[in-house]
Amino acid sequence: MSMLPGFEAQPLDRNAARALRLEIEEFHADYCAALDEGRIADWPTFFADDAIYRITARENAEAALRVGLVYCEGMGMLRDRALAIARTEMFAPRYLQHHVNNVRVLSAADGVVAAQANYLVLQTLVDEPTTLHQAGRYYDRFVRERGRLLLRERHCVYDTLLIDNSLVMPV
Amino acid sequence: MQQTARNAVELDPDLAERHVWPDEGLNRIPDWVYTSDAIYAREVERIFHGRTWNYVALEAEIPAAGDFKRSFVGPTPVVVARGADGAVHVFENRCAHRGAEFCRPYRGNAREFVCPYHQWTYDLAGRLIGVPFRRGLKGEGGMPASFRLEEHGVRRLSVATRGGVVFASFAADMEPLEDYLGPDMLPDFDAVFAGRKLKVLGYYRNTVPANWKMYHENLKDPYHATLLHSYLVSFGLLVAGNRSAMIVDRGGRHGTMASAKSDEIRLDKASQGEMRAFHAGLTLADPRIMDYVREFDSPWSVTMQTIWPTMIVQRELNTLGTRQIVPHGPNLFTMIWTMFGYEDDSEEMTRHRLRQGNLMGPAGFLGLEDNEAMKFVQDGLRKSREGAAVLELGGVAEGTSETLITEAAIRSLYRHWREVMGV
Repeated sequence: MSMLPGFEAQPLDRNAARALRLEIEEFHADYCAALDEGRIADWPTFFADDAIYRITARENAEAALRVGLVYCEGMGMLRDRALAIARTEMFAPRYLQHHVNNVRVLSAADGVVAAQANYLVLQTLVDEPTTLHQAGRYYDRFVRERGRLLLRERHCVYDTLLIDNSLVMPV
Repeated sequence: MQQTARNAVELDPDLAERHVWPDEGLNRIPDWVYTSDAIYAREVERIFHGRTWNYVALEAEIPAAGDFKRSFVGPTPVVVARGADGAVHVFENRCAHRGAEFCRPYRGNAREFVCPYHQWTYDLAGRLIGVPFRRGLKGEGGMPASFRLEEHGVRRLSVATRGGVVFASFAADMEPLEDYLGPDMLPDFDAVFAGRKLKVLGYYRNTVPANWKMYHENLKDPYHATLLHSYLVSFGLLVAGNRSAMIVDRGGRHGTMASAKSDEIRLDKASQGEMRAFHAGLTLADPRIMDYVREFDSPWSVTMQTIWPTMIVQRELNTLGTRQIVPHGPNLFTMIWTMFGYEDDSEEMTRHRLRQGNLMGPAGFLGLEDNEAMKFVQDGLRKSREGAAVLELGGVAEGTSETLITEAAIRSLYRHWREVMGV
């Protein structure tokens, strides 16, 4: 049983699933590198134009509550969030590391690949110890455009219900 | 002082001698207001456990008999439950036997509450209805004959509701909620809770490493809105020329920061120069986030209302929410955000509220900046030499004002606070 409808595991050809998993792992590595290096303007380039991006607490996902801590409908909103972080938002300087693991390909049909992965976000503030800022799970739907995978849907569902002060960068 | 709940024995009787307010009066707020453990202990006694109505739930969260929710009154865990007869009950989440915090899930439905440690059992109003082995076993042990279940329930609080919002108080003889809110707060409160059935859209929870009162002050400080929040200024939601008001209730406790969105950006050159936050030429690729759908009986498009001591009612355009402050000592509090719309919202209206929700919460364009700024302030107070905040903006004025460039509402709050606290 998946927490989010539409992300149930379907029977897959094992070799095809392995090839997809490798490709998705490379996608995660590139995506995380952009965030960890602070290249926020590159973040929207990992998404399809009609993408949905949402970060929400597990308590919301399990109760089918629709709110997003971050909720973007489409490329415009993704770019606007990137612009705000780069130009208007005031926050303390920080280092972030995103770690992604346990990638599972859930289904692949009609050009859409559904996958999940666990993620951790480590945050380091000036003069403070490194903390585990988020532990969560990605629920992703990928499409292939111009030969590369892009996210049409990404739900970042976090277990870390009590957020330490603020979440500045996307997950 | 009639306003204050006094214990029979005064805790910390010489606290006022150790905490002396500066000679400048309400133009200064000394650091110990935000950092002293002794002050915090008195706040719990006199404010959270005193004569206040504290927000604990929305009725939409507990619509059916047996529905319950974990909540808090100040730092103190409580359960909010709907009884079989439909009445809403609020009682301490602390077993009368050994003190266990027995209700653990955020929400659920129950016929009764059983403390898992020794299975003392309470009904939906917090009355003790069962104790295992009360008569002992084979004639030995058990409770004394004098033990009465009705004398050992969990502590039950006073409850008041208005427009689907549930408040609780440790005081047994609170004035009616309507009198507590008063005529200056009721119109903007009622605009949001006007009888349209609420639909909860979800929750955010975060800690803020700052004193809980800073959250009130931040929303009684319209000065910061155009300076800290470049997003608002850059994208035209809040400009210095907007019609606005900082409304203060007659007791000085509650406040409403209100503004009316203007149709075009009318930021004059003089204001631009004062606001380093203003970035000319930034535009949104998707400006729907700034849309305002008129749906309220109110002249304001934004009202941020602080209901002393633990509630904020957020109406920022069409994104609606309550916020609940849960203090944990002088240096830390939890904020629980309950985002909602109305049951009769169209799918597009729900999505509009979800999109606009990006403004608020610990990752919101405004919300994250407030949290960051409050941490900066508490770090400054905790780490550096003892000092005091300088509140000279607007002179010695207190109460309601129509300019954004004043700290009058914060001075009003501290007139009230000092009276209740006796410092």
